[in-house]
Amino acid sequence: MALPPLDSPQWQTSFRAFLWGARSIGATVLTLVLFATYLGIGALAHDSGFSLGWTLASTAFVWAGPAQIIVITTLGSGATVLQSAIAVTVSAIRLFPMVVSVLPLMRTEQTKRRQLILVAHLTAVTLWVECYRFLPQVPRNRRIAFIHGLGLGLVSVCLLANTIGYTLAANLTPLLAAGMLMLTPLAFLFSTARNCRELADVIALVLGLLLFPLAAMLNSGVDILVSGVFAGTVAYGVHRARAGMVKAGA
Amino acid sequence: MSTFIGDWHALAILFVAGVIPNQIWRMLGLWFGGGIDENSELLVWVRAVATAILAGIIAQIVVQPPGALASVPDWLRYGAVAAGFVAFMLARKSIFAGVLVGEIVLIAGKYWLG
Repeated sequence: MALPPLDSPQWQTSFRAFLWGARSIGATVLTLVLFATYLGIGALAHDSGFSLGWTLASTAFVWAGPAQIIVITTLGSGATVLQSAIAVTVSAIRLFPMVVSVLPLMRTEQTKRRQLILVAHLTAVTLWVECYRFLPQVPRNRRIAFIHGLGLGLVSVCLLANTIGYTLAANLTPLLAAGMLMLTPLAFLFSTARNCRELADVIALVLGLLLFPLAAMLNSGVDILVSGVFAGTVAYGVHRARAGMVKAGA
Repeated sequence: MSTFIGDWHALAILFVAGVIPNQIWRMLGLWFGGGIDENSELLVWVRAVATAILAGIIAQIVVQPPGALASVPDWLRYGAVAAGFVAFMLARKSIFAGVLVGEIVLIAGKYWLG
């Protein structure tokens, strides 16, 4: 699907721009990845004992797959609210630089901060990536409307996927239900691996995977935090040591 | 309606443990955006820890699987992840290829085991 040229009358109203944004969900494979991920989250929520309404509320109001999975798996396995909150707080820090970098793309002289609240809420890794791809093709004064359309379109797809996944998990044969639950770790593993930009990210991913089973033996109740902070800090240390070597070599 | 929502307690927990810790960062980004360098040292560490926490969650689902996934033997779950990873790398980091192959191995393996 191609967007209309920048000077097209199609961009004259915000409503049209909103619709073009909503239609753009059909123009990206990431929509498919999100669909699979949220299908898995729906199934995971079902098998962890949460209600469908709870699951949909988590998608609409949290709108960050990793955070939702952390909440579902930690609370579902009996961790305290505080532990889950800490793990989510740390996992969500990455949203800060995303919001910071995305807002200048659509701000104009007249833009008020409150007009950007919904954009900030909709910002997550998929939207962040798509902003860089789509926004150069959208007139600046219509970008907020376009992103509202794109973001709400993606949320709708995910709410639908949640509902389907949740319902299927309740009714599928154990074989297919197991397959659907497996969607979550697979989709997140590979999308995280794809987003690794630096050596520190790769080490954090690999060590984080390997250390969790060890940390789980401690049975501390904060296993995820223990392995995450430890693996992440080691990865950062390697990154620093390497930067130091490059400097010393130069 | 009550089965749709479940209990209100769970919904309150969702806001405390999920919504607030998450939205805080977005709203801080909205308020203080501008002066932050995406490549600053602090953010490199934060991103590494966040990645490792997510990796831990992925490992937790595979190692201590919930619900129906627990009926699949350990070696088959690990094998499915490994096969998916090989496909992911061979297909030049295609998420789709990785997920598809991992799923095929898991489902075919479980079907074959009966």
